[in-house]
Amino acid sequence: MRAVLNVIKRELLIAMRRKSDILNPLWFLLIVITLFPLALGPEPELLARVAPGVLWVAALLSSLLSLERLFRDDYLDGSLEQLLLSGHPLAALSLAKIVAHWLLTALPLLLLSPLFAVLLGLSMPIFKATFLTLLIGTPVLSLIGGVGVALTVGLRRGGVLLSLLVLPLFIPVLIFATSAIEAASFGLPYAGHLAIMGAIAMLTLCFAPFATASALRVSMS
Amino acid sequence: MWKWLHPYAKPEASFRLAGAFVPWFTALAVLCLSVGTVWGLLFAPSDYQQGDSFRIIYVHVPAAILSMGAYLTMAIAGFIALVWQIKQSEIFVAAVAPIGAGFTFIALLTGAAWGKPMWGTWWVWDARLTSELILLFLYLGVIALYNAFDDKALAGRSASILSLVGVINLPIIHYSVEWWNTLHQGASITKFAKPSIDSAMLWPLLLNIVGFGAFLGALSLVRFRTELLKREQRRPWVRQLLLGTGEA
Amino acid sequence: MLHAKELACTRDQHELFSGLNFSIQQGQIIQIAGVNGAGKTSLLRLLAGLSLPASGEVLWQGESIQRFPQRYHQQLLYLGHLAGIKSELSALENLQFFKGLDSIETPEPDYFEILARVGLAGLEDEPCAHLSAGQQRRVALARLWVNQRLLWILDEPFTAIDKQGVAYLEKILLQHCERGGMVILTTHQSLQMPAQHYRVIELSASRGLM
Repeated sequence: MRAVLNVIKRELLIAMRRKSDILNPLWFLLIVITLFPLALGPEPELLARVAPGVLWVAALLSSLLSLERLFRDDYLDGSLEQLLLSGHPLAALSLAKIVAHWLLTALPLLLLSPLFAVLLGLSMPIFKATFLTLLIGTPVLSLIGGVGVALTVGLRRGGVLLSLLVLPLFIPVLIFATSAIEAASFGLPYAGHLAIMGAIAMLTLCFAPFATASALRVSMS
Repeated sequence: MWKWLHPYAKPEASFRLAGAFVPWFTALAVLCLSVGTVWGLLFAPSDYQQGDSFRIIYVHVPAAILSMGAYLTMAIAGFIALVWQIKQSEIFVAAVAPIGAGFTFIALLTGAAWGKPMWGTWWVWDARLTSELILLFLYLGVIALYNAFDDKALAGRSASILSLVGVINLPIIHYSVEWWNTLHQGASITKFAKPSIDSAMLWPLLLNIVGFGAFLGALSLVRFRTELLKREQRRPWVRQLLLGTGEA
Repeated sequence: MLHAKELACTRDQHELFSGLNFSIQQGQIIQIAGVNGAGKTSLLRLLAGLSLPASGEVLWQGESIQRFPQRYHQQLLYLGHLAGIKSELSALENLQFFKGLDSIETPEPDYFEILARVGLAGLEDEPCAHLSAGQQRRVALARLWVNQRLLWILDEPFTAIDKQGVAYLEKILLQHCERGGMVILTTHQSLQMPAQHYRVIELSASRGLM
């Protein structure tokens, strides 16, 4: 446990010294969200209709951007070897890295989501649903993304491959999140959607760290 | 418990064993496919609603079933490869993946061709077609990952992990897509609601499913043997075999 | 303590070595020698448990390191070509992190004294990105004191280290052995070590040894 906290602490410390790594994906998200009204036209009804999908697809893409730095730097400077040889379960340490990654990428996104809501003209109940789906859904993105990065980290050009591997696996979360928001926009209850997303999150939490750990072992040998 | 399997864990033994199965699978495939296809296309009664266009199910349904079956087989092989660290099992994963992708592609193609007379359009975001499309993406991911590694031993282990991750996700993806589809029902036209199929139509279909399965088996064993030879090319047994002194 | 049994290693279907047998006991230093490409680094990675041998196994206290990796890794300090020093963090922060990874909690060492020992006095709070290659190497070597481990596996520990540094490091290795430690290292230098502690294993292409 001490080692896990230690890893998280180090990740946060490194990120504080390289703030652009956190800011750039958010910046990207903001630009993508700006592009949609420009491409589709600024009618509020249309925007309100596509907003949940836009927000979620943009969140997926920006999370892909930041995923690579989850293990890439550690792989290149040998830190990953040292984590593997630390005498702690690698799954726990990978989970620590993933948690730190979530804190650094998804949490700022959640904090900025009111701004996106204003840009896309979301009403309060819809914003609430969006926020909740992002809160439950983004850990799944980080966890599944961790497996993908671990599989491709040893490859010279793993970036595109990473998105090919990971995006299809994001589909269930995308479907349930957007339909929860849609239900909210009709004033329907969406607790069921959130419950399913929570179940997916739990399932991913149980499997992904182990898959990540074994993929890291393969990538390092 | 698994002791009796150990002799087959040697590469040359599994190479011979696979070779012994190939003719049987091939014969079964040729037999079932020719009988089933001729029966299905020429002799089975035509559908009272869809006319003769329904006959595409004799290709579409077996391909779709076997595309899922191949993924499951691949994932089981991947599991064995990771847990017991059996190299041949990794090679089998790599051998099956392109064939499974091919079946998925056939299922998509015939599905689209069927959709044209049925729905009047080549592509509909129907639940089954959509999950088949995502299945194709998953296959392509495994193949791309395998090919991205120079070291094929690492490639095999990575592909095994990915196929396992995929197989856990597959049911979730399938049900979420199905659920998504019922939600957006307004946009799509219901495919026939699983009609009880006449047995005169069913028998050739079953024959073709078995035939496709045997075809899958034969193809993947042939590919397995090739991959194994490629992987082991510097070993003495391969050299012996290729110089004609071996008997397999 | 550590025992290599019939180890074989292949890379891209080329056999680097096979049938390799040796063991190391407390108080011994083993130098792995061989030309470039003989598989020295690969051997060290096998011994550390980072990669799997093509055949054979590595035993620690009679048990395969694949079966009980954690027990083994708690006794092992491995420093590869890249030592996992984060360039964003200072030398002090790097060492504190590695100390925090120890499984058994021991009192915090005197980091300033250790860093002074490796010649980095006054640079404790400098981000490692600002240090030279040799200085970064010294940060990594400071872990020999920070993490108290029984077995050291060191891949080219003398690279980028100046003459006085090399002499000092040799002395440290010897001290470690006299206290019952073990060292396996690769280097192109010939070491001045008393014969009762020191052994060289020569790796040559596709041949087992000793």
